[in-house]
Order: sequence, then C-alpha cells, then structure tokens
Amino acid sequence: MPHRPILHNRVALLLAAAIAAAALTLPFLGFAPNRLLSGRPVALWAALVGPLDWLVLLPGVVVLAVPFLRPGRAVSAAYVAAGVLLAVGLVWLAGAQAARLAANAAPAARTSFGAGFWVMEAAALLAAMDGVRRLGLAPAWRIAVGAAAAALIGLLLASGRLDQLSILREYANQRDVFAAAVARHAVLVAAALVPTLLIGVPLGVLAQRVPRVRRAVFPVLNVVQTVPSIALFGLLLAPLSALANALPGLGIAGVGPVPAVIALTFYSLLPIVRNTVEGLDGVPAAVREAARGMGMTKRQIFWKVEVPLALPVFLSGLRITLVQAVGLAAVAALIGAGGLGAIMFQGLFANALDLVLLGAVPVIVLAVAVDAALKLAVSLLGRRAA
Amino acid sequence: MITFDRVTKRFEPWTAVDGVSLTVEAGEFCVLIGPSGSGKSTLMKMTNRLIVPEEGTIRVDGEDIATLRPEDLRRRMGYVIQNVGLFPHWTVERNIATVPTLLGWPKARVRDRVSDLLDLLKLDARRFRDAYPHQLSGGQQQRVGVARALAAEPAILLMDEPFSALDPITRGALQAEMTAIHKATGTTIVFVTHDMDEALKLANRIAVLDHGRLVQFGTPLDILHHPANDTVRDLIGREDWGLKLLAVETVGQRVRPEEDGAIGAPLPADAPLRQAIAEMVARGTDRLPVVDAGGRPAGVLHLSDVVRS
Repeated sequence: MPHRPILHNRVALLLAAAIAAAALTLPFLGFAPNRLLSGRPVALWAALVGPLDWLVLLPGVVVLAVPFLRPGRAVSAAYVAAGVLLAVGLVWLAGAQAARLAANAAPAARTSFGAGFWVMEAAALLAAMDGVRRLGLAPAWRIAVGAAAAALIGLLLASGRLDQLSILREYANQRDVFAAAVARHAVLVAAALVPTLLIGVPLGVLAQRVPRVRRAVFPVLNVVQTVPSIALFGLLLAPLSALANALPGLGIAGVGPVPAVIALTFYSLLPIVRNTVEGLDGVPAAVREAARGMGMTKRQIFWKVEVPLALPVFLSGLRITLVQAVGLAAVAALIGAGGLGAIMFQGLFANALDLVLLGAVPVIVLAVAVDAALKLAVSLLGRRAA
Repeated sequence: MITFDRVTKRFEPWTAVDGVSLTVEAGEFCVLIGPSGSGKSTLMKMTNRLIVPEEGTIRVDGEDIATLRPEDLRRRMGYVIQNVGLFPHWTVERNIATVPTLLGWPKARVRDRVSDLLDLLKLDARRFRDAYPHQLSGGQQQRVGVARALAAEPAILLMDEPFSALDPITRGALQAEMTAIHKATGTTIVFVTHDMDEALKLANRIAVLDHGRLVQFGTPLDILHHPANDTVRDLIGREDWGLKLLAVETVGQRVRPEEDGAIGAPLPADAPLRQAIAEMVARGTDRLPVVDAGGRPAGVLHLSDVVRS
C-alpha cells in the first residue's frame, strides 16, 4: 500500500498552528478604561457575537484545513482568497467589537489590538503570499494580492466601522497633524533622494571605471552605514550649528529637516553607489568589446548598452535606499525634523502605545508600498530581456 | 587591401607585436595563427584601432587608418569575437541592425538587409527575427554574430577566434558557411585562430606569428611543404602532417586521365584527398572515378598516386 502523506504543506501547517494557538491562547483585543492603563484581555471567542461575526471564521477554517489537503491549483487559489479574507475579516471583527464595547463604556475607554490579532493577521497575509507562490504566478501577482487586501482594509477605514479602535481614536485626536506628518515624512525621503542620486550615480559610474576611486569610496560609505542613525544626527549637530552661526543667511540649523536630509543622504549613498557599480560591472566584457568593435561611440555604449543592462540592479539599489530612508526618517524626528517619527516619539514619551502605532503603521505601509512598486518595475524590466 | 608596415605594439614589459609587415590582398581569406601570446589577436585589433600601435603604419586601401575617426573606421569593418557579445536586451533583428542603424540607413532597407542576412546564415526569419539572444543556442548566437558583422556590407571582416567556443559539429558547419560567404561576397577576411586544421581549411594564405614576429606567410600548401621553423612544425603537428596535407590537397591534383578502370559513385575533382581515402576505405577499393566541376568524367584516382609525394 502506497504511503499517503497526511501532511502536504509544511509552511501552511506552521501558519495554521500559529493561527490556532493565537486564537485559543492570546488576547484578540485589549479593553482599557483609558489610553494610559493596560487593558483587560478580550478573547477571540468573546468577540463572536452576531452571525456575521461567525462568518469571519469561515476563511479561517479554510486556512487551517489547507495543510491537510492534496495540493492543487484550486486549493492554492482557495488559500490565497481565504488568507486575504481572513486578514480583512479580523480587522472588521476588531472594529465591530470595539464599537460594541464603546457603546457601554465611558468615553475615555479604549479598545486596542491584542497579541492574538497581530499573530493571526500576519499569518493570514503570509498564507495568502504562500498561496500566490504555490500558484506559480509572477511576483507582480503577489503585489496585486497585497494591494487587494490593502484596498479592502482601506474601504473598512473609510466606512467608519473601525472608528472605535484605539488607534483610530488617536487618529481622530491627531487628525490635523497626521496628514502633515505623512507629507513631511515623504518630503524628507524625497529631499534626501535628490542629492543621493545627483552624487551617488556619478560617483558609482566613476568608481566603476577608476579602480582608485572604487578603493577610496567603499570603505568610507561602509563606515558611514555602520554609524547608528542617532549618533550620525548627533555628529552633524556641531558642524551644522557652526555653519549656521557662520552663515546665518543660509537657513541651515543644527537641528531640523536640513541635518535630517543630510544624514539620510549619507545613508542612502551606499546602496545607490554599490548597485550602480555592480550593475555596470555586470555588463559582460564581450558585449562591451562588441559594442566598441561595431563602432559605437563611448556615449552610445553608455546610453544604449550599459545603462539598460545595469538598470535592474540599479533599481534594486534604489529600492533598498528608499525602504531604508523611509525607516530612518522616523528617527529624524528626534532632531526636530518632524514626520511620522514625531507621532511615534510623542506616543513613546506619553506611554500611549496606540499613538506609537499610529506613527509606526504608516511607516511600514509606506516602506512596503515603495518596496512593492520598485520590485514591480524590476520584474517588468526583467521580463523584456532576462 | 590591408597593409601593415613595420607595426609594433608593446604592453610593457613585453612586446606583443614586433615590427610586423604584412599585406592582405583585397578579397583574400587571411588566417593569423600562432600560439597564445604570439600577438595574432593584437595585430588584428590594430586593424580597426581597438588597439593603437606605437610604431609603424596600417593602411586600408592605401589610407592611413591613424588619420581616420576610430568609430568611422570600425563601422566600415565587420567584427566577430569568440564570446559573440550579442546585446542581451535587443532582439536578433536589432542586434543585426546595429551598424546600419549607426550609419543611418532607412528603416525599410535595414529590414530587408536583416532578412537577407538571416537567409544567408540559414536562420529562419519567422523564428529568430524577434527572439532574444538568451533564447538561442551557442551556434545560433554566433550565426547572428556573423550576420551582425556583415550587416553594413563591409569590405573587410575581422574575426577573433570566432568558433573556438563551439562544439566540433557546429564549428564545422560554421566553417563551411564562412567559406561559402567568402566565395559569395568576396569580402576580405582576417581570421584569428590557434587551430591549424581550421586555418588550413579556410585560408587562402596563412600568417604564422610567434613572440610578436611574423614567422611565415604563405598558402596552406606552402606552410605544409616548407615550414619555416620548429614553431610552424609544432603548429602543424609533427605526427599528423600527412593527414593535414590530405585535407588541403585535392583529388584533381592526383587524378590520372584514364577512361575506365573504376566503378561506383564518382568523386568531384575539388574534394580533398582525405575524403578520397575515406571513400576508398569505406568501399574497400583502391581506385575511384573522378568528375570535374561540370560533372564530366575526369579520370581515375589511384591509391598509389595519393600516397606518392
């Protein structure tokens, strides 16, 4: 009798186990009398009140069953759909329960996400991604599935059904500064990107051509990369203050957005320079020789041959740079540069965890969105000429 | 016509090409051969100024190439290298069209030229025109490489060990293709190799280089019958000298003008003697009928005439 495995998918089993354990043992939500006190736990089953709530469990059942099903396209497709629906459903359920709890509590009472929610939410999204991989679809599909989940959660946000969750109560308090903080965050990253590209790309091209420059550039950039960001902000404080005192007309100061942009530029240079060099190094010597032998000028070789062939590697460098800068820009709030970091630190200092989340979640969303957009660009380029 | 006049190139501390004078006639298939480091590749690359000599002059059709813009000079010559170097982000069509596009040919003319070249190199246009290089086998890639070099109808074709990286069967097919293309177009070809069999098969004349000096310059038969020194003898290979000769000499050179005495399928007079020996062994005979280029009987080839020198 042939051996019949009961288990078909180890990843799915791990995710199913995490979801089951989180559902049974970890608090789904926390309910506190006000924003500073830690709340009492609310279990998942306690949040299941109406028949609609139980419907959320349906995709959960599918996700739990998949490791024991014979693999196939239908199972994988169901896995993707169930993962997305579970992720969205959990958010909806949390919002619905928060509204119910708020109805019978003092105005200062708060309902926050519990550990159980985070574990299940993460596992559900990972399940959807695992399903996309198993379907053998192009990486662009992973981005499409992620975008679909984000869009559904966005709809929930817009509908007001999540308004009683603590993080959105914090948002309501910060409504006037939140949009400005997001915009400032994006401006910090964009402002650092301009000098990074203006310095990094020519430096990379030069380093690729002149070994002496290459030997000099990389040790410096590697060291900069290892300096902790807070230390770099501190190191910039003294020279920039001196500069501000010497040339008051320049509008430079030791604190504020200018040193933040300078520090972000320093960090961003390494991935850009490195990937510019690696991209150009990756152009085969035979291709260069053929281009020269055909009678292309140096300029034609650079623009028609080297640039297109180096572009995918360069774009991965840009992706690393941007994701890193989105994260580091949060720390820049410490020197008064503003951005989402300002909201996070305000929450940290006030011991209001949901205010920290209000700053951190958009940073994560921004980083993931930038990552996805550039991965998409690289995969579209790669399809043209693998 | 390409004339090298006392050309020297040093890569300190060593001299790659040392005072070489050499004239490649128009329409000639000239093979440069020598051991590695002999300067054969350097000499060829000086023809299109990929390398610039320190001393001496190189003239193409009487014109000193040092006075020309390198890009213009290169666009007048085809260039094929061992590692092909197709542009991986361009289709086969765009690769072949490289030089015509640089020269600003009209689109319709480029397209027709690409079609003709795909035919010439026996590549199915429907299948290959829009393919990318990574979808092609090594032999197909080098066919595209040769087509690309011929695209702008150059008077001179430079080839740097173009078939060394290919398997023997593919290499043989491409060698036959080159002989046919040379016959059909009359292009002057300078071909670098380290393989004497390849040189003997393709060349009108062979230039043997060693340590940057020209050791011998002559027809394949010259080289085989009167090797100038031990380097040439080593390149020929002392043991299979006889076999090399059989590959170069033709049936027509040894045929007896007899009327009868041999039966079976006749051999063309321009077939190499090597093929005649192979036929004799296969048929178990020592006589073969021979026909001339027009298919008329030309006589009989005797085994004893093949082995007498």
